[in-house]
Amino acid sequence: MMSVDIFIIIIGMAVVTYIPRMLPLVFFNTKHIPPTLEGILQNVPYAALGALIFPGALLIHDNVVFGLIGVLSAFSIAFLSGSLITVVLGSIAVLTLLTPLF
Amino acid sequence: MKVISTSTGSNVFGEGVKDGTSIALGYMPAAITFGFIAQTTNLSIQETLLMSLLVFAGAAQYMALSLLAVGTGALEIIFTTFIVNIRHFLMSASLNEKAHSDSLLKKAGYAFGVTDEVFAVTSMKQGNISSMYIYGVFLISYISWVVFSGVGHTVGELLPATLQQSMTFALYALFIALLAPSLKKHRKIIFLAGLAAVLNSLFIQLMAEGWSIILATIISAIILEFVEPASQKYTTAESPARKEKR
Repeated sequence: MMSVDIFIIIIGMAVVTYIPRMLPLVFFNTKHIPPTLEGILQNVPYAALGALIFPGALLIHDNVVFGLIGVLSAFSIAFLSGSLITVVLGSIAVLTLLTPLF
Repeated sequence: MKVISTSTGSNVFGEGVKDGTSIALGYMPAAITFGFIAQTTNLSIQETLLMSLLVFAGAAQYMALSLLAVGTGALEIIFTTFIVNIRHFLMSASLNEKAHSDSLLKKAGYAFGVTDEVFAVTSMKQGNISSMYIYGVFLISYISWVVFSGVGHTVGELLPATLQQSMTFALYALFIALLAPSLKKHRKIIFLAGLAAVLNSLFIQLMAEGWSIILATIISAIILEFVEPASQKYTTAESPARKEKR
């Protein structure tokens, strides 16, 4: 069962999500890109990660300390081991154990 | 599966699937939560699956649900989605620098999969990356997102509340795991991520999250390029090392 309104909304969302993802990959010519712009684009992943983590990670609970413990656990595990899955499962385990305190 | 027929292609594809597994895992709680909220917002299972199949954008899908719940109109929901997802323009532009050149059709295909997480994993991969690698990361993540949206719609209420609370951290843990190794390598990366984090925390008070992430990322990337130009990292001024891939 699907309402027409919802269907239109989903199609519209799909189009406006796909276009910004597609335009640079299909239309940007990487051969003639100025070195400064190239340097900026190479910086983007690290800057984006910073912005994707903060402040969002601290705001997952009303109490900022909950997210802060998550961030510190994840960084500690990441510096010790390195495997992505260990970091994800490990920090969730820490937070699950501490959840009753919050 | 035609992927199997070319041996190098399938190896790289498999590597992508392997690297994408952590995203698939991180998407599980996010997708289950999405499916569950969709069900409580009175979306049918078909509508829920179709949204995950066609949109494939976590934050925007959550936001659409909360707007639907308060009776917002179609145009406003679509426009909000656009604002939330316009940051992927920047990510695709950056990925385009790192990816091997390939047919436009193949690039147009994996462009659909450039979520924050797929971008983060593929762009932290050492060296240049092939289309098949990106497809591997994208497809395993996509399958997880769609399947667990359906699971969440069906049995989301069975997930214990304590686990739900801690699992919302999964994707942040993934981002931290991706960033941490690079922080040890270059001082510049600490400043790039740190400045963007501070700027985003400020901007988010003033504007929609979509714009805030973009502005914080661009400003930080530009400032650090002028403070410490990428070309200086290499011995020759015109940096032939960086042109090698072309």
